[in-house]
Amino acid sequence: MLQKKNLWWVVALAAFVAFPLLQKNPSYQTIGVWTLLYMACAASWNMFSGYSGYIALGSGVFFGSGAYTMALISVHAHMAPGAAMFWLVPVAGVVATAIAVPFGWISLRVRRHTFVVITIAFFFIFQNAASNLSFTGGTSGLQLPFITWGVSYFDLPFYYVALGLVIFVTILSALVRRSRFGLQLLAIRDDEDRALGLGVKVQAVKITGFAMSAFTIGMAGAVYAMFLGQVYPAGSGFAFDPLFDLSIAMMSFFGGLGTLAGPLIGALILESAQQYLTVNYSNGSLYLILLGGLFLIVFMVMPQGIVVAIRDRVSKRAQREKAAVADNELLTAGAAK
Amino acid sequence: MTTLLSASNVSRAFGGVQALNLCSLEVEKGSITGLIGPNGSGKTTLFNVMTGYVKPDSGTVTFNGEDITNARPDVVFARGIGRTFQLTRIFAQMSVLENMLVATQHDEGWLRGLTRSKSSPLEVDNAMEWLEFVGIARLADLQAGSLSYGQRKLLELAYVLVADPDVILLDEPAGGVNLTLINQIADKIRTLNAQGKTFLIVEHNMEFVMNLCDSVTVMHQGTDLVSGLPAEVRANPMVLDAYLGGGDDDEAPEEVVHA
Amino acid sequence: MNFTAFVDAAKDGILTGSLYALMATGLTLIFGVMDIINVAQGILVILGAYLSYALSVHLGIDLFVGLAITIPTLFVVGIVIEKAFLGRLKGPEKTAMSILVTFAVALLIEGSLNMIFSVNPVQLHAWYVNRSFSVGGIHFAYIYVAGFVLAVVMLSALYYMLYRTRFGVSVRASLADQASAALVGIDVRRVSTICFGIGVAVTAAGGMIYGATTTFNANTSYDLISRLLTIIVLGGMGSLGGAMLGGVLLVFVGNIVGVIAGPIWSTMAYYVLLVIVLLVRPQGLFGKQSARVA
Repeated sequence: MLQKKNLWWVVALAAFVAFPLLQKNPSYQTIGVWTLLYMACAASWNMFSGYSGYIALGSGVFFGSGAYTMALISVHAHMAPGAAMFWLVPVAGVVATAIAVPFGWISLRVRRHTFVVITIAFFFIFQNAASNLSFTGGTSGLQLPFITWGVSYFDLPFYYVALGLVIFVTILSALVRRSRFGLQLLAIRDDEDRALGLGVKVQAVKITGFAMSAFTIGMAGAVYAMFLGQVYPAGSGFAFDPLFDLSIAMMSFFGGLGTLAGPLIGALILESAQQYLTVNYSNGSLYLILLGGLFLIVFMVMPQGIVVAIRDRVSKRAQREKAAVADNELLTAGAAK
Repeated sequence: MTTLLSASNVSRAFGGVQALNLCSLEVEKGSITGLIGPNGSGKTTLFNVMTGYVKPDSGTVTFNGEDITNARPDVVFARGIGRTFQLTRIFAQMSVLENMLVATQHDEGWLRGLTRSKSSPLEVDNAMEWLEFVGIARLADLQAGSLSYGQRKLLELAYVLVADPDVILLDEPAGGVNLTLINQIADKIRTLNAQGKTFLIVEHNMEFVMNLCDSVTVMHQGTDLVSGLPAEVRANPMVLDAYLGGGDDDEAPEEVVHA
Repeated sequence: MNFTAFVDAAKDGILTGSLYALMATGLTLIFGVMDIINVAQGILVILGAYLSYALSVHLGIDLFVGLAITIPTLFVVGIVIEKAFLGRLKGPEKTAMSILVTFAVALLIEGSLNMIFSVNPVQLHAWYVNRSFSVGGIHFAYIYVAGFVLAVVMLSALYYMLYRTRFGVSVRASLADQASAALVGIDVRRVSTICFGIGVAVTAAGGMIYGATTTFNANTSYDLISRLLTIIVLGGMGSLGGAMLGGVLLVFVGNIVGVIAGPIWSTMAYYVLLVIVLLVRPQGLFGKQSARVA
């Protein structure tokens, strides 16, 4: 069983690596870049929100901060446009994480329902700040150093860097799941007070998880900024996009919250579908309807998400039966005493 | 006999309701102490105060000579006090074994948790031992949510024990459970007590309490009324009054909800 | 600082705030009774605005008269949404799921509105929309005053329903504790469905006034829903009084800040105020204290 699961990952990885080499059309390659970025973000988001149950809807803050970090540094340091800018990606990740710490400290003191809303509030504070402060370029944003790789070649480095992010965050998530830390996050999800009573340092664990999830999202934001060549706070396809927050949450739920593959699959399907529709049917509104409709249909049929639905069908019934048998034995054993 | 855990003149109000009113309680080391009283007398609130879930308005809680009145639940746990809840609380989406592994077995920094793997072989062995002790070892890999009510009660008992606490507070361990299981639980408590563990038990099942406990405290309207040997307490007219002319309560109790 | 500017800001704050209070009350009612965060509330306001628009532009029906059509329509829309999608939400993830489900519904509505009405911003028009009268040197725009009156009327109706009718008793019981309400024979499902309908119906009124005072298109729903959410959290989720106070407070503070520091900061003031309040009182102004549970 273990071998079989690992095989899936290897096959998928090979497919992703091969994709841009086989699919030469640049607009499809661009879809690939976007999809990978969303996959990385969804997986990173899931690492905290999926495991702990604290649904954060302000992750756009990290994405946008990462984008702006990339923009600000490359502009103010007068960097030469090109591959050197990729070095800023991890820097952006660190900045996003640094922002996440106070953000998390404030928002994680409240219970889950309020937490969701306070993350939304923070998001809008950041968006407003970016629009209004002059060093961030105000509403028109910033232009990055213009990268002049040829059209046929342009997407490839971005594609592989984005793929690198996906691999990074997947490995990180797997490590977290296996660690004591991950266990504590899951315990917090199931019963936070109980976890506290069993010695789990709940507040510290939550903030750490939150900050960790910010890292990759920040990096993705930086890649996005570099890819697009400019950042601006509002408008469509912008750095601080409320749709982004909800999208990555939706993708994770769609695929299966708290699972390893779930957010990746969810993002893969939803984002590539969205991009495909936007490219081929420039009517942006149709995609909204389809996205909403698709989610609702999946929700009706598989409320736990795709991955979990498949997995559960097999194991749950077996478990219930096993528990029932054990219970019966417990009763009869006692009576016989 | 030394006092291991005590509450001293604890008071706590919730809005207009005075849940605890200068309540005092002493738990001797190595004893099985019972805490009884009519519904709404404040038993669960006292537990909450003693384990750090609720801060008292006044009064102190002392453990082993140390003042733990305002300590957070995780600190209380680290000191060696474990507790169960009246409405059994387990981590439903995790496996039974994973439930056992959550209880931190020693006070380590949170950062350590990042690098440490979920469980060392030693911890797994320890967990399995306790699961074996309560009798649900073969369910170790099942999702805790699929356990029956009785099995959950046993699990809750087990994971409180896994960190080897000195004193264990049990909130209605016999609640809503069939007779066979009640006897099993009582046996386990006796075994552990013989090994040196101290127990403080809230219960409505009088037979359970009278047969098991060395000493009993009765609470009424937020304060402690009477303390002493089970037989004495049972015969005390004030206690009978508090229960409104009641006395024995032999049948297995249903779920009760405290104020 | 100009005193008149302050007075203006304060007055506008109360008048406009009452409007937000109305819409936020619907949202908090839904949460209080059903534990559902209806993220679609923003787009439903816009839907209400577009309906009023359609009635006014294509059928020549006056905006206020049109409410007789739009309010019941949105009530029905609410019931339909609830029955179709929200009934099966349950379990520990209920609230989180409700956000995503209602968001998906919002997307559907947004996409449809874009296709029907196009993305060009519009505004509702009527003879009274840009007129005002003055009292003691202070100008009162007719439409804002009308909106205020409308909000007061509807909130009063809501209060009447809650405190003077049998149904209202069921609602308040469900608001306090769903499980107990069910135990005493209240059909919580039915109460939930109707409350959702009511919560949505008020958006029709809110939408009409909103549409008359702002240019809008489907995209403005994002800004709108984030304000509404901020209001209900500020006031305490599930608290009707909190939503009302929060609505007025938020606009009021925003306007004052706008006068002092400039209009671009007034929006941010909302959110900063929220953060400050939550630091001090994590449950919001009137929210229930979430004590550690045993």
